[in-house]
Amino acid sequence: MRMDLIQPFINSADAVLAQGLQSPVSIETLSMEEEAYRRKGVAAEVFLTGEIEGRIIFDVDLEAAVQLASHLGGVEVSETDDDLVREAVCELANQIIGNAVTALNDQGFHFHVRPPTQHTSEQGSKSSEDTEALVMGFNTSSGNVFMNVALCYHGGPAVERSAVAG
Amino acid sequence: MEKFAPVKRSEDGQPVRYLIVDDSVFARKNLARMVETFGGQVIGEAGDGVSAISEYDRLTPDIVLMDITMPQMEGIEAAEKIVRAHPNARIVMVSSVGYQENIVAALQRGARHFVQKPVKPEVLYEVIKYVMRDDGTTARGAGA
Repeated sequence: MRMDLIQPFINSADAVLAQGLQSPVSIETLSMEEEAYRRKGVAAEVFLTGEIEGRIIFDVDLEAAVQLASHLGGVEVSETDDDLVREAVCELANQIIGNAVTALNDQGFHFHVRPPTQHTSEQGSKSSEDTEALVMGFNTSSGNVFMNVALCYHGGPAVERSAVAG
Repeated sequence: MEKFAPVKRSEDGQPVRYLIVDDSVFARKNLARMVETFGGQVIGEAGDGVSAISEYDRLTPDIVLMDITMPQMEGIEAAEKIVRAHPNARIVMVSSVGYQENIVAALQRGARHFVQKPVKPEVLYEVIKYVMRDDGTTARGAGA
């Protein structure tokens, strides 16, 4: 998988999580995944279409998701507030992926992002030769956050194209 | 949350009335909490562009905070339709997807401003004052 497609997701997760939690975030793990993704906690899925196609699963340990929802929502949230916790994870996914999509579009990649949906199945679709998945694990003050990115690129070289365009 | 001098409507001193449009209930609640710290009043919410248009027609708010990526009808199209019917509508796009092409499209179709998510309250506050301009006033008399 092209690292220039991945780096904006790492930067965006780092920035959005650190701003939302008002504390530092570190990337703990980075690995390629060939097997189908197994959900770890509360997860949201976002699909991309256009020159870059694929899906991103944003997955948060339950305990961390509850803390994130409380922190970002400014109200005490418990594990029984299922809807609120899932909504918070979806919105966080939207912000992180949206900011990464912004950076990639401004670099000349043209594609569209769909609204996030809750990812409730235990297992995601298996990655293929065209859509290798990269799994990133972030350590935050609220707990562990994972992002599984499976993308493929259909367009021409964006940098060359934008250079020609002037 | 930070304290802000309330932004009021200059014509009658009443709170600025907001319509908040976002497919995320969580995001709507956060924005509502934020504008209430600016002294505003949330008079309506919508979860997609189609509902946003009907809610605007029904409520005629002072400001619309409009997400872009939404099901059924996206925010930019909804903003265009609202402004076509109500040329004085003040619509602020609030989205995590803030690439240049998107911002330009939103502004060309009648949006007054763009704020990128995650929203910083101090940024949104300044945008609200700017968008209200002569139609808004703050309690400290700093003007709009």
